Amino acid sequence: MAEHPEPPERPAQPPLSADVSAAMRGQQPTVHVPHPEMHALLAPGHDFATVTEKISSLVLQKGTPLWWFLGFGLSFAVMNVLLVSICYLLLKGIGIWGENEPVGWAFDILNFVWWIGIGHAGTLISAILLLLRQEWRTSINRFAEAMTLFAVACAGVYPALHTGRPWLDYWLFPYPNTMGLWPNFRSPLIWDVFAVSTYATVSALFWFVGLIPDFATLRDRTSNRFAQHIYGMLAMGWRGSARHWHNYDTAYLLLAGLATPLVISVHTVVSFDFAVGIVPGWHATIFPPYFVAGAIYAGFAMVLTLAIPLRKLYGLEDFITTRHLENMGKVMLATGLIVAYGYMMEAFGGYYSGNQYEAFMIKNRMLGPYKNFYWALIVCNVISPQFLWIKNVRTSTVGLFICAMFTNVGMWLERFVIIVTSLHRDFLPSSWGMYHPTFWDWSTYIGTIGLFFTLFFLFVRFMPVISIFEMRTIVPGAEVREEQA
Amino acid sequence: MPQTFHRSTNTLSKVSIFGALFLVLGSLFAIAEINRSGYVTQAGIAREQPVPFSHQHHVGGMGVDCRYCHTTVETSATAGLPPTKTCMNCHSQIWSQSPTLEPVRASFRSGRSIEWTRVHDLPDFAYFNHSAHVSKGVGCTTCHGPVDRMPLMWQYSSLQMEWCLDCHRAPERYVRPKEEVFSVSWQPPADQLEQGRALVQAYGIQTRTSCSTCHR
Amino acid sequence: MSESRSEVPVVRVDLSGVRRRLDGTQGRTYWKSLEELAQTPEFLEFLHREFPSQASELTDPKGRREFLTLMGASLALAGLTGCTKQPEEKIVPYVQAPEQVVPGKPLFFATAVLDGGYAKGILVESHLGRPTKIEGNPDHPASLGATDACGQAWVLGLYDPDRSQTLSYRGEIRAWSDFMAAMRDALGVQRPRQGVGLRILTETVTSPTLAAQLRELLADLPAAKWHQWEPTGGAVAAVGQAIGHPGSVQYHFDRAEVILSLEADFVVDGPASLRYAREYTARRKRPGEQPMNRLYAVESTPTLTGAIADHRLPLRPSEMEGFARAVAGAVGGGAASPGPEGVAAAWVTAVAKDLKAHAGRSLVMAGDYQPPAVHALAHEINQWLGNVGQTVVYGAPVEAQPVDTMASLAELAADMKAGRVEVLLVLGSNPVYSAPADLEFTSAMDRVKLRVHLGLYEDETAVHSHWHIPQAHPLEAWSDARAYDGTATIMQPLIAPLYDSARSAHEVLAALSSRPDRKGHDIVKDFWRTQLGGDFEPRWRRSLHDGLVAGWTGTVGVAAAAVPAPALAPPPTAASPARPPAAGALEILFRPDPTIQDGRYSNLGWLQELPKPITKLTWDNAALISPATAQRLGLENSQVVELRYRGRTVKAPVWTLPGQADDTVTVHLGYGRTGAGRVGNGAGFDANLIRTSDAPWSGAGLELAKTSETRALACAQDHWSIDQNAEPRHLIRSVTVDEYAKEPEAIKEQAEDPPRDLTLYPSVKYAGHAWGMSIDLNSCVGCSACVVACVAENNIPVVGREQVAKGREMHWIRVDRYFSGRPEHSETIRAHFQPLPCMHCENAPCEQVCPVAATVHSDEGLNEQVYNRCIGTRYCSNNCPYKVRRFNFLLYQDWNTESLKLQRNPDVSVRSRGVMEKCTYCVQRIEQARITAHNEGRGIRDGEIQTACQSVCPTQAIVFGDVNDPASAVSRLKAEHRDYALVGELNTRPRTTYLAEVKNPNPELAGPAGPGSEHHG
Repeated sequence: MAEHPEPPERPAQPPLSADVSAAMRGQQPTVHVPHPEMHALLAPGHDFATVTEKISSLVLQKGTPLWWFLGFGLSFAVMNVLLVSICYLLLKGIGIWGENEPVGWAFDILNFVWWIGIGHAGTLISAILLLLRQEWRTSINRFAEAMTLFAVACAGVYPALHTGRPWLDYWLFPYPNTMGLWPNFRSPLIWDVFAVSTYATVSALFWFVGLIPDFATLRDRTSNRFAQHIYGMLAMGWRGSARHWHNYDTAYLLLAGLATPLVISVHTVVSFDFAVGIVPGWHATIFPPYFVAGAIYAGFAMVLTLAIPLRKLYGLEDFITTRHLENMGKVMLATGLIVAYGYMMEAFGGYYSGNQYEAFMIKNRMLGPYKNFYWALIVCNVISPQFLWIKNVRTSTVGLFICAMFTNVGMWLERFVIIVTSLHRDFLPSSWGMYHPTFWDWSTYIGTIGLFFTLFFLFVRFMPVISIFEMRTIVPGAEVREEQA
Repeated sequence: MPQTFHRSTNTLSKVSIFGALFLVLGSLFAIAEINRSGYVTQAGIAREQPVPFSHQHHVGGMGVDCRYCHTTVETSATAGLPPTKTCMNCHSQIWSQSPTLEPVRASFRSGRSIEWTRVHDLPDFAYFNHSAHVSKGVGCTTCHGPVDRMPLMWQYSSLQMEWCLDCHRAPERYVRPKEEVFSVSWQPPADQLEQGRALVQAYGIQTRTSCSTCHR
Repeated sequence: MSESRSEVPVVRVDLSGVRRRLDGTQGRTYWKSLEELAQTPEFLEFLHREFPSQASELTDPKGRREFLTLMGASLALAGLTGCTKQPEEKIVPYVQAPEQVVPGKPLFFATAVLDGGYAKGILVESHLGRPTKIEGNPDHPASLGATDACGQAWVLGLYDPDRSQTLSYRGEIRAWSDFMAAMRDALGVQRPRQGVGLRILTETVTSPTLAAQLRELLADLPAAKWHQWEPTGGAVAAVGQAIGHPGSVQYHFDRAEVILSLEADFVVDGPASLRYAREYTARRKRPGEQPMNRLYAVESTPTLTGAIADHRLPLRPSEMEGFARAVAGAVGGGAASPGPEGVAAAWVTAVAKDLKAHAGRSLVMAGDYQPPAVHALAHEINQWLGNVGQTVVYGAPVEAQPVDTMASLAELAADMKAGRVEVLLVLGSNPVYSAPADLEFTSAMDRVKLRVHLGLYEDETAVHSHWHIPQAHPLEAWSDARAYDGTATIMQPLIAPLYDSARSAHEVLAALSSRPDRKGHDIVKDFWRTQLGGDFEPRWRRSLHDGLVAGWTGTVGVAAAAVPAPALAPPPTAASPARPPAAGALEILFRPDPTIQDGRYSNLGWLQELPKPITKLTWDNAALISPATAQRLGLENSQVVELRYRGRTVKAPVWTLPGQADDTVTVHLGYGRTGAGRVGNGAGFDANLIRTSDAPWSGAGLELAKTSETRALACAQDHWSIDQNAEPRHLIRSVTVDEYAKEPEAIKEQAEDPPRDLTLYPSVKYAGHAWGMSIDLNSCVGCSACVVACVAENNIPVVGREQVAKGREMHWIRVDRYFSGRPEHSETIRAHFQPLPCMHCENAPCEQVCPVAATVHSDEGLNEQVYNRCIGTRYCSNNCPYKVRRFNFLLYQDWNTESLKLQRNPDVSVRSRGVMEKCTYCVQRIEQARITAHNEGRGIRDGEIQTACQSVCPTQAIVFGDVNDPASAVSRLKAEHRDYALVGELNTRPRTTYLAEVKNPNPELAGPAGPGSEHHG
């Protein structure tokens, strides 16, 4: 920036990223013409300028739309419920929640897992689909990643606060201390600490790196001096020089490679929290794959939940096309089926194990005091995704949105069933109990939702919700890919 | 349209990026140091007392045995703080008019205890037992330091858990013959390790690091 | 323990500091005002509107106190970094060190606790002059080293902050001298008239000193009257009627092979229960090797004796006499009266045959709450069987004046109504609450001109008295008492009275005597000087040290020789009793509460929170009915009904209790108190309101009306109805003695334990000691004394009704109760008890999952919980298959009340909010024993370490020791075939294992339903 002889009049025109990466591989890029009958990833009639104009204007436009103020105001209010709940929690102790003996974990870990699951789609779309060269990811990866970060932030609230003495949470980290002690590395909770914090860090980096060129674009396009400074700092001196693009692509690919195993590892480790325990209903080897699938399932559901209204409100139908939605529907169907298989195996295992505790566990889920939760879960997570077999549902925003909402609820129920119904009746009938959420359980949970949407509204207002430069790579004529040898 | 940023911003940004890293590491190191410092542990800080009792004078000078005042050190968890009566045994004759000893005489007259300031103050969840250590050849000075050279009592060791474990994990480095336990002049011999191992054998010292050894 | 017992208690320890702080607690205006704030209707209304689910916590006393210490919590927050200094601490040495006191070493002193006026010997642990824990006195015949749950709670009673602390006249503080003056005037009026207007009401008196004082007083004022009132009163009068003259009866269960209990709850009820339980279970400890005794229990409401019996028959109260008469007939060879039909008939023949077959080695016992007729029949049967002199021994009366206290109270009430009473002196008793409704005691009492009350609390009676004198707690005053067999114990104070104006009954009675200013010590000592005669001092000191007066059999002058058995009565008349009411008509039973008895322990949180042994209810009483009756009447748990009985009504929540006789309703006394204190007030309903003096324990003609209300009861186990398991879990293993003889291995084989090498982790070698525990289910009678002992030893907080209802009780050891049999058929119901401390698994699931290593394994196999390292993730508790871990969800521990701090055991950390805790095998006792042993240069002896639950257990069901030592008691028990691990198939390898139940059923009767169909209701 500062070395610029004169500021650019028009947006820094990036060379085609695929071009560079291809050049890096010393290969000759060739133009690719999209398949005619396939849904377009970008509505016809767009060129570089219109794409840039359209997306950046969302941020740079003067007068903010009314719905934004309404949405943000509401979310912010709800977020304050979270703050109040947390203060009261710190003052009184976690006894304000409904937990007891035997149900030592409930809403806290339940919602932690739920949020972490939601936080999966982002990195999956960004990293894995990038490596798999799924171009349809380009228009949704940006806010999917943002969503990931915000979900992880909400998830992070819980492990930090669910302990009896949160002010001592730092004991979870291995550091040389005056007690001459180390944490217990055999405990899945320690694995969690590392898994989640790594995941959060890498996702944040990934997101930010992806934003740099767009920050530069905004910096250059805004007329507001203050905004120029802010975006300028965030752009970190991006000039769009070939060298910049070279480093950028390397970094982006490396991060993608780094993030990919994390997508798998995080929820695998989270599932260990349960699989390592001996509680019937937790102690199952199937948990890692079934949790990861469930997470992707939940993640895509949340992406749809956000994408569908967003594209309506911002009129982004040109960028987030039916093809995007349909693909996401397909992913949900696939992962939904894996999840259903998981439930099936749990029931089968309970019967086949010949172990009276396992058998009772599954019987108690289906017929016990919490049976409604179990059957509601089956409806939401097993029945509802089946509608996605129908193309008309996959391609209708309403149908998809309804399915997605069912899934969001279903995945929450799944965690409730796994955590609460397994704990409340385990080995000794004498110590069986019931769990009833309290006012503060709900206020904390709803508060995290407020936090999530507060962050998301800020994001859509001040950052490009769709990656400008990546969109430009799919502008007709710019579409390039390596020759299939 | 003017430049958004001044040239210096480049350096600034580079410095700040790396600076942040050092700042974090530095502060962590600082915290670790402060936690071990006398400010936190109170080690090495002489305390004000209602009567300026001098171990240097009584132990170093007069050669009074530890157990003359700390009577229960061999039988109980606490070494025991002497009742006013013990002071008066001598000070009803010696220095019987000394103004510095007035609080002692006052206490003896009124029957109200002297309120000493505790120097070695373990947390309440740590259960230390003097008799167990004394009977296994852990000398007074090993933990309390050269009391015969302390005009006013001060805490010699950090009394932090890592300090306890230091000995509990390898007692041979500190144990001494039982008959030397109450000696303030004893110095570890050159071959402390060998002798220590022998004593650990002889006294059947268990290197107990189970939590319940101290926390109950 | 006993070697460290001392002869003279150290009561000189300076308590001025303590008192100062206690006085301080009087003026807690700051807290008070906040409490008031918390109680204003607007505030409460706001609470319930804003946080319906939380309001309870803020209004529940304990919860509120906790709420008020938010500042405390925020301070804790401030201390979050390691960089905070400890606050400066002061050391305050003695001025003159008292002899014997070694700081850091407890002393033990012998004295006694009272049960219905009778002594049970105890040793009290004292730290620097603070009594902290009660142990049984092994030398005392009624203790044998054990205590009961209530006895354990006495130390809490001593420190109860709600104890009355000031002498008052019409509610205004007065000096002792004022009271003396008032008495002088009153006596001035009475003396010329022989004290005709003077009445003294005491509880049952066994104290020789008090008796002597009363006799002296009555000699001085012959027209005055002495009344006694014991709400839970024993059957002493009935016994007197049965044998024709006042006397006492002792049973010898060690000699009895066949026992018939007519609702005699001898294992937990009565002054000799500890001994009886020990003797009874002693004959069941080595099944197969030693012949087992056999117990038949006939009862209307489930008792612990019935629960552990080999055969149990539920009968309505109205049927009891008929049954007894039938058995008497069958035994006496007289014309068998037209006895009961059906099951009962089969019983009569079988039981009678069995009894006859063991004539002289059998025993029939009638319960305290049975009518005199049943007692008479029981004694008759014993005579016919030649048991008298063998298993049943009559002796001289133990009570100073054995009377039917109900009649005595009724007479007093009548006199008061008739205006014949001018001065009433109530010593310790609380008749205004505990008198049956028909006596209208309160209104009668209000007609007395001068009413004086001596009591531990400013209770209901205190409110209705002019003078109230705070009673010195028996642990802080001199007195004496006699055990069930007449053995006398001199009760010595452990601590100077916490409150200056507190007086003992002796001192108050002395105020009426010619020497009004004598101190309790002098009164008691002077009396015993007259009794012990020559070389008094040594005998006196010896008696104090031993906790009993050796070689003293009764007040000198009264013949103490064993009373000859009455002549053999004629064969029992065939005259059958009044026909029992038709089935369907409800009968009501009144019984003392299993934990707080007649209400005298209402304000002791330890006992309120102790689950009732059979119902597992806490903080409440209920109308107990059998499942069948509940079904017939369409009633459900917690549904409030109106009990209509003899024109009086009371509202009570229903609780279905398997094993209750059909068409009967049991209500427990002791609840619905208004003058108990902050803990006891408002809990439960007052059954005295419908109780009448003519039929104090049971009666027909109860009506039951449904209401729309419900009261959620805080039940510590299963908050819902019976729930069948898919498959039996073999938690309770029970076989008959024959099955056991045939294939002893069958018990272990009920579930296979995995091989020891089946683990991913390297197997640990335990070189030194390896602590373990064995719990004999055949000996456990479910009395739950272990729970209270554990609470007292380990500073376990009381959490309150609301928290128990949420399932957050903190007890480190619990007694699991399982029912077997078919709930709708009460005669098939059998209860099984399983004390459950931490199992101290060798492969502990909790240890692996704790992220900060706050729960770890010791080199001796203890599963340790390190409070100060715990951050409270609760993962360990989730992963504990036995759910024995307890979490401080809120700040349960009381950090404010000064007097309660005095009770805490200094050797155990006081846990705060947010940390996990659990049974430690009393590690503080282990470490103490280790240090003592090593200082003496020796190893730890077997039996040297006794856990709190073990030492209190009346039946020695719990044995703790070193499993590495094959000779140790615990190793020998674990070697038995009966030994099994709970849920051992999980490969947790618990160090605590159980010895299976072995029943000894009569082949002629259907065997007891084993726990094959375990359920839980």
